[in-house]
Amino acid sequence: MNMSEEERIRQELLKNFNFLGNGIRVQRQRRIYAEVSPDKFFNVFDYAIEALGFCILSGITGMDEGEKLSFIYHLSSENGIVLSIKTGVAKNDPVIKTITSYFPGAEIYERELVDLLGTKVEGLKKGKRYPLPDNWPEGQYPLRKDWKKEMLQEGSKNA
Amino acid sequence: MHDIKIPVGPQHPALKEPASFSLLLSGEKILEAGVRLGYNHRGIEKACEERTYIQGLYLIERICGICSHAHSTCFAQAVEEIVGISVPKRAEYIRTLVGELERIHSHLLWLGVAGHEVGFDTLLMYTWSDREIVMDILAGLTGNRVNYGINCLGGVRRDISAEQVKDMLKAMDTLEERTKYYIEVATGETTLIKRLSGVGVMSKEDVLRLGAVGPTARASGVARDVRKDDPYAAYAEIDFKVITDSHNDIYGRTIVRLGELMESYSIIRKVLKNLPGGEIAVKVPRKIPAGEAVSRYEAPRGEDLHYVKANGTDKPERVKVRAPTLANIQTVAFMLEDRYLADMPIVVAAIDPCFSCTDRLIALKNHEKKGRKIVTWESLRVEGIEWYSRQGIDFTKLNKKLKSKAG
Repeated sequence: MNMSEEERIRQELLKNFNFLGNGIRVQRQRRIYAEVSPDKFFNVFDYAIEALGFCILSGITGMDEGEKLSFIYHLSSENGIVLSIKTGVAKNDPVIKTITSYFPGAEIYERELVDLLGTKVEGLKKGKRYPLPDNWPEGQYPLRKDWKKEMLQEGSKNA
Repeated sequence: MHDIKIPVGPQHPALKEPASFSLLLSGEKILEAGVRLGYNHRGIEKACEERTYIQGLYLIERICGICSHAHSTCFAQAVEEIVGISVPKRAEYIRTLVGELERIHSHLLWLGVAGHEVGFDTLLMYTWSDREIVMDILAGLTGNRVNYGINCLGGVRRDISAEQVKDMLKAMDTLEERTKYYIEVATGETTLIKRLSGVGVMSKEDVLRLGAVGPTARASGVARDVRKDDPYAAYAEIDFKVITDSHNDIYGRTIVRLGELMESYSIIRKVLKNLPGGEIAVKVPRKIPAGEAVSRYEAPRGEDLHYVKANGTDKPERVKVRAPTLANIQTVAFMLEDRYLADMPIVVAAIDPCFSCTDRLIALKNHEKKGRKIVTWESLRVEGIEWYSRQGIDFTKLNKKLKSKAG
């Protein structure tokens, strides 16, 4: 049997986390995408790092998807495979937990999620904001879909 | 001794781009370093959502003036994957060629800046003069010295002629000769070796923990290179070495970049020798079908990642860029701690930072009134003083003291 490394990873994840179901797919060589609910996120995330060798964090994408904010953690392995694990939380209460205990370098990526999408990252230590200016009006998150640049003028009047 | 906190930047003579460091010093020793970025934030990711894919490609290319091809190729690859087309072989080779030419100009530029930061300005003059050779090639090949615009969705815009191939091979010989000389300088010149050794030290374990990328990581023995690990364009068909070093310091980073220059010359020769014939582009629809893709590219500074999500229209739903400097900048604070203040410029320069790339993501127009406002020198000065005092850095007492002494 000739199974690709990507397919092997997919099946191993499915075996351990059957709730993944159709939420995990191999899009092409070296690209795997998985979707998981926030309560199970760390089970899959931890397993991918510790057991499957996805030891590199290549970035975090934050996204406004209407009702919820989604976060895609792009993990990669030494042999070039990228596993993108997606999770989403309600937009009216967007709380996620920090991954800085796994990757200290994730700090600045998480600060971006805070500034640009208004995410609350539990466990993220205090520090300087990134990347918006210090006098940026509170409550304005430019990467949210309902944000328009005209709001900047209205917002700053009250700032 | 009394500890003192000093600001370096956002505008500072030792840094070429805006970044703000606050350093807690005890005498000449740095006890603690804090980094604040974001001064180059232009809202490019948001702007991409409001533009078509083709407009986005040109905007993305302007994320950075040095590794522009890295970003445009990375973005184009993601879109092409979503559409499900494969780029013609010849186009992949041309992309690889421009990518390596870009690496050469970037590494030569770095070598000059590194020389300048340690007071070796002759090296700056030499390398930047050699860099003109590759800049001329890029201009001849693409029409532009920077922001080449060689990529289009589905391939490349311009073909190369036999004449250009000949000129490039000749130029590679000259550049190789010059680089051999720089290697000789770097490995034989005691002043340079002593200035760079043991400075900006980062062990392999620290690299792995902090997630550094590119030459910064490879100089600590981490053999990661997207061209090898996750090949794109023509890299799967071209044999090349991933250069690593185990000095774990700025000296090592110099050796790695010099070695990579030699590899780039060899890659370019192979590309030109095996250049396939045929088309240089295929047609890509204006509306991109719904889908997503993660694309990676080994930029001169390290791994560049783009994530693109398409929604079936002619505009992307989301474009995310993680430039290599964002991964590397977090190592700077670590490398500065417990080091001398005088090492700061070269330690920062050694990761070859590119804050344009990092911040990519709104011009703040006048808040209160519509239209433009002229900022006077005095108001800028007052704002600067107030800004620093909010950061806990206040010179009012010192100024009063100086005034009373002068008076």
